[in-house]
Amino acid sequence: MTDSVQPSPTGAAVAALRPVRSGAGRTWRSQGPYWAILSPLLIILAMFYFAPILEVLWLSFSDPELGFGNYERIVTSDAVLRVFGTTARICAATTVLAVLIGYLIAYAMMHVGPRHRTWMLAFVLIPFWISVLVRAFAWLVLLRTDGPLNDLLVSLGIVSEPLHLVRNELGVVIGMTHYMIPYAVLPILANLQGIDSRLVLAARGLGASARKSFYRVYLPLSVPGIVGAGILVFIFSLGFFVTPAILGGGKTVMVAEFVSIQIMQIAKWGMGAMIAAVLLATVVLMLVVVGRFINLKEMLGAR
Amino acid sequence: MEGRVSLEFRIVLLAAWAALCFLAFPIFVAAPVSLTPERFLSFPKGEISWGHYEAFLTSDRWLASIGRSALIGAISSAVAVIVGTTAAIGLWRISSRATEYLRAMILAPMIIPPIISALAFYRLWGQLGWLDSYFGVILAHSILAMPYVVITVSASLANLDMRLEQAARGMGASMWQTVTRVIIPNIKVGIASGAIFAFIVSWDEIVVTLFIARRAVITLPRMIWDGIRDNVDPTVAVCATLLVLITILVLSIQLILPNRKLPKSNG
Repeated sequence: MTDSVQPSPTGAAVAALRPVRSGAGRTWRSQGPYWAILSPLLIILAMFYFAPILEVLWLSFSDPELGFGNYERIVTSDAVLRVFGTTARICAATTVLAVLIGYLIAYAMMHVGPRHRTWMLAFVLIPFWISVLVRAFAWLVLLRTDGPLNDLLVSLGIVSEPLHLVRNELGVVIGMTHYMIPYAVLPILANLQGIDSRLVLAARGLGASARKSFYRVYLPLSVPGIVGAGILVFIFSLGFFVTPAILGGGKTVMVAEFVSIQIMQIAKWGMGAMIAAVLLATVVLMLVVVGRFINLKEMLGAR
Repeated sequence: MEGRVSLEFRIVLLAAWAALCFLAFPIFVAAPVSLTPERFLSFPKGEISWGHYEAFLTSDRWLASIGRSALIGAISSAVAVIVGTTAAIGLWRISSRATEYLRAMILAPMIIPPIISALAFYRLWGQLGWLDSYFGVILAHSILAMPYVVITVSASLANLDMRLEQAARGMGASMWQTVTRVIIPNIKVGIASGAIFAFIVSWDEIVVTLFIARRAVITLPRMIWDGIRDNVDPTVAVCATLLVLITILVLSIQLILPNRKLPKSNG
């Protein structure tokens, strides 16, 4: 993650200020009070956030008995394997769809006028402003077997009987893709903006067709954006709770909902904590990887 | 790129707009359902009814949950703003290698999947007897909202010349005076947007709230959650419609305001 922090504009600004600051003397007397006003947040986080998270992680080794019993379930329990499989499948499908559609939108945005681009950006940001519950509700209503989409498809004669679009993996993927497209568009757009468009013009000038110059020049240059967006979307998708819980209809269970069932319904803390620990480890590991491709600080702090 | 629009790009553009319409789609679903005359979730066929609006606006449970969420959001936002702003100022002024790592740690509640935060709060609140209490929900929401305040305030601070602070201290201002008279007036925008973000985080929060609140503290998202899971009540659609309308209203005010400023600066 530190790799990604360095080239950021704020990092550069801080670096530029460094001589000024050291000239003023970095004594404890001048900084002490600032550590004091920083400390309430650190203390609150340590006591009420990190401490219980560590306790939960510890429970994965200690409940019901000390050892790696819970972790053995990863390979021995069919239920655990099924949940991991479902989660990986849904996250992979969501990532591919969100990145594909996100690239399409970002590419179009790069090649239209500024006014048109502003409008497209406004549409990209719409989902950010609507509660995840409201969105899940909308998809649930829309995709139901007796919902308007199926009514339309049947009345147009496209299908002979209603499709099962929701309360299964398909419904979860639709809802999650919808949620994730903006998260794919933004890093891809940032990457595309960094591509020198003269390179494409040069390829055209040298006789490459429009299609060839895209596939051989533009697309390879945008790979870092695609990979970064993909990993980011995948990480976010792993921990999803609300969308799968509502659109999966209890049959399609992803890790977050599985943890919730373990803790709230059958009070198996060790099992729930183990899944949570695996989820957390995966997310942290992948964040470290994604830090090499895109500037996380900018992604998370841009808005 | 100028003027030369190929057929292929037209297709790309059309597909992109189809995807954008897909993004906007859910906005238009709740409203028709909220007008259904039926007692179950359905699109009205022919006649419409305002009955569910009446039910929503006269329901003590729904109205109370709105008030509760607003109260919890306001207090959580205030706590997050106070703690988050002071911390951001501290980070900004100290700014060393250590604070770079602290920054990453402070963002944790925003990055760690909510289900894990929920487990942690549920565990600790249970031991402390804070489950299903206003205090417990507000503290948890404040913690979840703090990173957003730190981010927005830090963004404001990045544009503030650190020599201002040094000048104020050099001329004999106490730290309290420096912070309240010099720093805070210069980062008002960051603090305000941090407050709004913090409020929205609390107002929208569902996963943690599901774990740490049961009967006494039913927030608005909890009412919607129950309404969707029970799957009987078009009143949820009324609530969703109103939430979407509020969002559109706020966004259009935001869009209109800078436009008003533009002619002034140009002419």
